[in-house]
Amino acid sequence: MTYDVNRVRKDFPILDREVRPGVPLVYLDNAATSQKPQQVLDAMRDYYERHNANVHRGIHTLAEEATALYEGARDKVKTFINAADRAEVVFTKNSSEALNLLSYVLPLGPGDEVVVTEMEHHSNLVPWQLAAGRTGATLKWIGLTDDGRLDLADLGRIITDRTKVVAFVHQSNLLGTVNPVDVVVARAKAVGAYTVLDCSQSVPHMGVDVQKLGVDAIAFTGHKMCGPTGIGVLWARRDLLEALPPFLGGGEMIDEVTMAGSTYAELPHKYEAGTPPIAEAVGLGAAVDYLTDLGMDTVHEHELELTTYALDALQAIDGLRIIGPTSTDERGGAISFALPGIHPHDVGQLLDEYGVAVRVGHHCARPACLRYGVPATTRASVHLYSSTDDIDALVTGLHKVKGFFAR
Amino acid sequence: MSSPALESMYQEIILDHYKNPHHKGLREPFEAQVHHLNPTCGDEITLRVHLGGAPSTGWVVADVSYDSEGCSISQAAASVMTDLVIGKTVDEALALHEEFLQLMQSRGQVEPDEDVLEDAIAFAGVARYPARVKCALLAWMAWKDATAQAVGTDGGEA
Repeated sequence: MTYDVNRVRKDFPILDREVRPGVPLVYLDNAATSQKPQQVLDAMRDYYERHNANVHRGIHTLAEEATALYEGARDKVKTFINAADRAEVVFTKNSSEALNLLSYVLPLGPGDEVVVTEMEHHSNLVPWQLAAGRTGATLKWIGLTDDGRLDLADLGRIITDRTKVVAFVHQSNLLGTVNPVDVVVARAKAVGAYTVLDCSQSVPHMGVDVQKLGVDAIAFTGHKMCGPTGIGVLWARRDLLEALPPFLGGGEMIDEVTMAGSTYAELPHKYEAGTPPIAEAVGLGAAVDYLTDLGMDTVHEHELELTTYALDALQAIDGLRIIGPTSTDERGGAISFALPGIHPHDVGQLLDEYGVAVRVGHHCARPACLRYGVPATTRASVHLYSSTDDIDALVTGLHKVKGFFAR
Repeated sequence: MSSPALESMYQEIILDHYKNPHHKGLREPFEAQVHHLNPTCGDEITLRVHLGGAPSTGWVVADVSYDSEGCSISQAAASVMTDLVIGKTVDEALALHEEFLQLMQSRGQVEPDEDVLEDAIAFAGVARYPARVKCALLAWMAWKDATAQAVGTDGGEA
C-alpha cells in the first residue's frame, strides 16, 4: 500500500490552520519541533481527565492506572528502539538533559579526552565543554569536509588511547548529514572509549535499533517525534547505568534513606529523581504507537523521496547554495541553504508572510556555520506529514523573496 | 502581495541603508572597540567609537565605525544610527538611544518624532515584530557599550 500523505495530514489538526486570513500554514520547521497528531492530543487529555495521579506510590486506583500508563510508555519506547531491557530506558526532560546526565556521570579526569564533532548541536557540545572544565579532561573534535560530511581522514589521530568518550550526532540538524556510526564506533571501541549518540534528529525519521548501532548510549527527545515537549529519553546499556553514579537526587530515585546516607533505586528509577513528566510520557507513548502504525521504514522512505524533490527544486533556484550534502545519500530531510545577498532573517520573515514556516539562524550549531563561512542559514525540514505541495510553496515563496529584495 | 505590516517594516529607506550603508568600515583613531552578537540568529557587529571634546565641555561623538554582518534590519539600523549620533554630544546621542529604545519597545504603539529620530522613524514598523527588535537594537547596544568604555578611559582628543 502506498503512503497516503493526505490521509496522514488529516491526523494533524494544526496543518489545517491559516497563519492569517487566506494564508494557509506551510510547516517546514520540523527539525525544531514536530506537530502532534490527534491521537497524541487525545491520549494526554484522556490521561488528565480520567487517570491523573502520581506514579509509583499510593495504592489507589488512579495511582495504579497512572503508573501503568507511565511504565507502559517506557515499554513502547523500549520496543521502538529495540532496547534489550526496559530498565535501560530513562525518561528525561529532553535530549539536552540526557546528554548532560551522561556528561556528569561518565568518569573523566585530567589527561582524559572527550571527542565530539564540529557538526554537534550545542546540546552535545556545551555539556562536554563543561565536563572538560570540571574534570580537567580535554575536548577534541572531528572536523568536517566541504560537502558536509565528517572528515574521517584523521580519525586515528583524534580518537586515541586517551579518549574516554566519543559523543557525536547521528543526523545533523543543520546539514542533514547522517553520520557513519559504524566507522566511528569501531575506532572508539578499539581504544576502549564510551560512545554516545545524539539521536534527536534520527529517531523521529528512521528506524533506530540501539542494538544494531552498537553504541553505549543514545539521547532523543519526544517533541521532535510527534510527541509533547518536556520529555526525552536516555537509553544506555544496563551494565553501564548500573555501574555509574546517580545524577539528580531526590524522591523516586532512592531505595533506603537515613540522615546519614541513602541507597539508590533500581534502574531506570535511579536516574528519574522527582515526579516525572507523566502526561508527557503518555503522550510520547501515543506518538510511538502512531509512528509504529505508520511504520518507520515507510516514514523514512516518504521523507527521502520528499528530500530528493526538495533538493532538486531548491538547487534549481538561481544562486541558491545548499549547506550540506546535495544528494539524499546518507542524508535526512533538514536542508540548510543560503541565498546570495539576502540574509536568512529576511528570508524567514518574508516566507512567513506567505505562510511558510522555516527556521533561520545558526540552529544551535554555530561552529558548523562558521566552518561553512555563513553566520546563519535558512533551514527547511520535512516530517512524515510534509508533502510536495509544501516544497512547492517554499520554492514559490523563495522566488518572491528574491523579487522583493531585487526591488 | 505583501501585507501592510510587512511593507511598513521593510520600508524603502531601510532597504536603501541596507544596500548602501553609511559610515561602514573600521577606522582609526578610536578609544573603544566592542564586538556584539545576537546569539539566536548570528548577527554580528564590531564597532569602534572615537570621542572628541573634553570632560569639561562634554564629549562629542567624533566617529563611529563598524564592520557587521546580518539581516537588512540590523544593517540598516547601524547605518541610520551612525548618521544620527556622529557629531552629537555623548549626552545628546544617549538621549537618541533612549528615544529609539522606547520606539522599539513600543510594539508599534508609539508615534515616532521625525524631528528627533530622522531616518530612524522607519523602524517603527519593526517594533511590531518582537523577534526583529533585537536586530534593530544590535548596533545601538554596541555603540552604548563602546561609548561607556571610551568615556571610562577618559579617551578622546583633548
